Amino acid sequence: MTTSTSAPRSAASSRTPLKQRVGGVLRARETGIAVLIVVVFVAATAKNEAFASANSVQQLLLGASLIALLAVGQTMVIVTRNVDLSVGSVVGITAYVVGMSFRDNPDMPVFLGFLIGIGLGAVFGAITGMVVTVFRVPSLVVTLAGLYLIRGLDGLLVDGVIINPQSIPREFQRIGYETVLGIPVLFLLVLAVVVIAAYVMRSFRSARDLYAIGSNPAAAELAGIPSEKRVFTAFLVSGALAGLTGALFVALYAQVDVTAGRGYEFLVVAAVVVGGVAIFGGSGTVVGAALAALLLNTIDQALVASRVSGFWTDAIAGALLLGAIAFDRSLSLRIARRLRSQEGAHRDV
Amino acid sequence: MSETVVRPEPARAQEPTPSYTGVDTTSKAWWKAGIRWESALVVLLLLTLVVGSTGSENFFTGTTFFFAGLNIGEIAIMALPLLMIVLIGEIDLSVAAMLALSGAVMGVLWQAGTPFGVAVAAALLTGLVGGALNGYLVAYLGLPSIAVTIGSLTLFRGIAQIILPNPTTTPFPSEVATLGVLPIPGTQVPYSLAVFTVLAVATAAFVHATPSGRSLYAIGLQPEAAEFAGIRVTRVRFGLFVLSGLLCSLAGVLFALKNSSASYSAGFGLELTVVAVVLFGGVSIFGGRGTVLGVVLSVAIVAVLQQALTQQQVQAEVQNIVTGFLLLISVLVPNTPAVWRRLRDRVRTPPTRT
Amino acid sequence: MEPRATADPLLVLERAEKSFGPVRALVDGSIELFPGEAHALLGENGAGKSTLVKILAGVHRADAGELRVGGVPLVFNGASDARDAGVSIIYQEPTLFPDLTVAENIYMGRQPTVAGRRIDRRAMNAAAREVFARLGVVLDPARPARGLSVADQQIVEIAKALSLNARVLVMDEPTAALTGVEVQRLFSVMETLRADGAAVMFISHRLEEVYASCQRVTIMRDGRFVRTAPIEEVSVDEIIRSMVGRDLDALFPKSETAPGEVVLDVDGIGEDGVFSDISFQVRRGEIVALAGLVGAGRSEVARAVFGIDPRSRGRVTVLGRELPGHRPRAAMAAGVALVPEDRRQQGLVMDMPIDQNMALASLDRLATGGLLRRSSERSLAVEWARRLQLKFGRLGNAASTLSGGNQQKVVLGKWLSRDPQLLIIDEPTRGIDVGTKAEVHRIIDSLVADGMAVLMISSELPEVLGMADRVLVLHEGRITAELSRAEATEDSIMRAASGLTSGAAA
Repeated sequence: MTTSTSAPRSAASSRTPLKQRVGGVLRARETGIAVLIVVVFVAATAKNEAFASANSVQQLLLGASLIALLAVGQTMVIVTRNVDLSVGSVVGITAYVVGMSFRDNPDMPVFLGFLIGIGLGAVFGAITGMVVTVFRVPSLVVTLAGLYLIRGLDGLLVDGVIINPQSIPREFQRIGYETVLGIPVLFLLVLAVVVIAAYVMRSFRSARDLYAIGSNPAAAELAGIPSEKRVFTAFLVSGALAGLTGALFVALYAQVDVTAGRGYEFLVVAAVVVGGVAIFGGSGTVVGAALAALLLNTIDQALVASRVSGFWTDAIAGALLLGAIAFDRSLSLRIARRLRSQEGAHRDV
Repeated sequence: MSETVVRPEPARAQEPTPSYTGVDTTSKAWWKAGIRWESALVVLLLLTLVVGSTGSENFFTGTTFFFAGLNIGEIAIMALPLLMIVLIGEIDLSVAAMLALSGAVMGVLWQAGTPFGVAVAAALLTGLVGGALNGYLVAYLGLPSIAVTIGSLTLFRGIAQIILPNPTTTPFPSEVATLGVLPIPGTQVPYSLAVFTVLAVATAAFVHATPSGRSLYAIGLQPEAAEFAGIRVTRVRFGLFVLSGLLCSLAGVLFALKNSSASYSAGFGLELTVVAVVLFGGVSIFGGRGTVLGVVLSVAIVAVLQQALTQQQVQAEVQNIVTGFLLLISVLVPNTPAVWRRLRDRVRTPPTRT
Repeated sequence: MEPRATADPLLVLERAEKSFGPVRALVDGSIELFPGEAHALLGENGAGKSTLVKILAGVHRADAGELRVGGVPLVFNGASDARDAGVSIIYQEPTLFPDLTVAENIYMGRQPTVAGRRIDRRAMNAAAREVFARLGVVLDPARPARGLSVADQQIVEIAKALSLNARVLVMDEPTAALTGVEVQRLFSVMETLRADGAAVMFISHRLEEVYASCQRVTIMRDGRFVRTAPIEEVSVDEIIRSMVGRDLDALFPKSETAPGEVVLDVDGIGEDGVFSDISFQVRRGEIVALAGLVGAGRSEVARAVFGIDPRSRGRVTVLGRELPGHRPRAAMAAGVALVPEDRRQQGLVMDMPIDQNMALASLDRLATGGLLRRSSERSLAVEWARRLQLKFGRLGNAASTLSGGNQQKVVLGKWLSRDPQLLIIDEPTRGIDVGTKAEVHRIIDSLVADGMAVLMISSELPEVLGMADRVLVLHEGRITAELSRAEATEDSIMRAASGLTSGAAA
């Protein structure tokens, strides 16, 4: 972070190492998760060589993709001190609508499938965003209501008729199973979204506004940040990404019933929190959240491969989540204490 | 910051006039009292009863009452501790997972040949321990309850899955098996509803008529001020999560009896229904506002509605829509006047610069 | 550095009025700010200074009156309008984003960008560093704002104002939470700004600072403009008289009492990094004041005695009974009451009804058979509302509907209803209008006359001098002086508070 400007830095030098340590710790979240993924991967491979096979790795990446994609949108929302619990239901209904469109129009081009998914998701996101910002209602309640409303609509729409693979065109399904250089296309797509989102969240003013809003809402208002507009946008994007996830759900599983996407909301929030996004807003990265989704899925698959018992997955994920937030807490306390003592030292000078 | 007495002249400050205005006679406008949320819930309850009876001839029967009670019983029981947790500004999303876990503990032990009473005691102990875990993390480590209980939700159900991968098949002892499926002899009251009634009365007395109950509101509105008034905020927080764990495990036992089997997937997704019931009862998600009466009415409305829709063979999906809709209006309606005012002001005050 | 009387004023506010419902917060708010001047706005709490500041900030819109910036009449409809007009406000509590870096805090919403509208972090950090260099301070732009001291946070806010090319800088009690060194640094920064031709207006209660750093003062009282004068033309006494509107004696009634038995005995208490080696006694019928600068550890000592804050060493004894640490209930049972510093956060549950607030510390005593009756809460509240002459609408209204002074009476009622032996009262009259202030003092005086022991913390020296029988002065967590009523003077207290035991005064 050093630049060539010759500003006075003499006294600052006493602080710089600390700042670097703080920054390092923050970055360590992503690194830490990546290391954990590798550790779990190696351990599972040691126990069962098949875990490292191309097929197994592809499954690993595919399994994490949908949650990782949702985690991107959820991160944007949670960073503003809000939450979107309706994403699971949105995935369910968009998946069904996309599947239904293909079933009823077998000749529909593939890109329209995506467009329908994203568009429908964006509509739901926009409605949620409107209610949250115009009525100033806590998003936890609004999106909980949304979860039920959309799930209900989905149920009425499905009405017992399941979309099966025969209704989905080959080209669309191909996105779910085809690979490029051994890497699943669907995963690459999600990767692209994650990379773009990470870049945007870091480098654009409006995205930095999201962090400001979550960090100190009153100050954001004073700084003239259009909070309502930004929060609305976050929900809109989260909805659109949930819609995209719905479309990819169809491509991946080629089968949609009323339970599609059910329970995803907690998986996503868990991934986001494990990924280092503060539940009360202000900090955290898209990359961390997406990596956490991959970690959770790696553990899942590793347990299956090690033949421990697939049943351990949830318990471990839960313990991991509790551990992550407890770790964050103790870490932030330690940093605060260190900063304070340093401040004190500075004051004595 | 509003001062009721304005001094127009600074000179008056020199001789403070007798300013006692403590005659507290002005009564609240009757219509203001009338639009309390609880009143709205009573009207809604009557409406649902009307809707229910028009759709089905056999609506006002004991059987309807029994099934309505049977369906809502465990949700209602879990709503009571959650009400208090939301009152202090926290949330517990692990309730349904605890229901499953305690049921699983009971089921496993029973299947393994443990005496039934011991199995139940173990289930309740599980609730205490699980609640204490949540409480410790929230109250003593200061972690956000929403994140903690999403974690313990996954953890509890995960443990249930480990210890009980498949639903139990051993029938429960005949003398208790009927508790879950038959009403109290001579009435149409299911046992779970009776338990709820007793607990609701106790909760109402606690929340509305004891010093500790009053302190819940203070904690929910301003924890720091509560601390300065000598209220043991940390201990209250911890205690409520423990209580929640205990009552959820009780609900778990009843749930298993009702289904004649314990399963790790028992009550999957029910946590959100419980939250919805509490919020619909007029309890503010920010804490400090809400009544037991409101939650009881909310339970009644949801129970009647579910039963009415079931009897009229409306799909479960519509019930979801109704739940979501009720939840939404419960937060929208109280906010509407403020929104209206704000929008109007925005129109009236053009951003001009003279 | 004389104010250039010939120059045109940068900002003029004339006869601004502002009411909140029936309350007229500002009746005649007028001020003129010239380029290159530091201008102090003085007045008692409740005089309307904050309302005036908020009008300049664009947070409130004046009901009447005129605002001109650079000779152009303007209406501010929001914070951004004020900012665009070159008026920057630095609030008492800086409003930073703790999760973002210092540089991002300065440039929020205006981050320097490169092609494709993406933020150029290097340029942003370099620009921030440059602003800090202009201010002559050292701060790392890339560190997060979380953990900055209040003084550094203010510097960040000033840097923000500077980067906005603000010509008028308004600071609301900027020195209240600063140490001596930090105050010096702030004043040198203000000097820099002034030299650049900006107008700096600030609110302060420390007159010695005003004399040290300002060219002109404007005094307000009861929402009205009283006078503006060059600082060298007004004496301290004149300023105080203009602020208070009457002689000081009436504000501080003081009955003569003979101290009785020891109620509170504090023996060598300490807590790492906060305070150490604190020992003192408070007797029946006396007021002991804890004086010192903000941050010296006064409130922390009081809270540790009461048990809100922890203490790791020493003993606290009340009427011969040793109190366990960190247990407010034990202190309450022993007859200790604490009226805290921050009324709105700690003293009251603002959204709770008045009567419930009054009863909140007595719930256990009010309950009969474990049950609490509304009527018993109500009668306690009615009783104390009468005894303290509380002005209120309905006892069922939220505490937030009361004025500051009446809120303080509710807090007093809450604790006095427990019939305490020792009353610890932290900033008894902060944010209270003058009339009620005298009332609060009279209440405290009559309590002491009846044999209560009072430990008082106050940042207002006149209050300390007017009320206290003995003064303990804290400096950086240690008692540096114990002064009798006769020994206590503004000078002797300030010396001890600055850590000077002898030699030149601060």
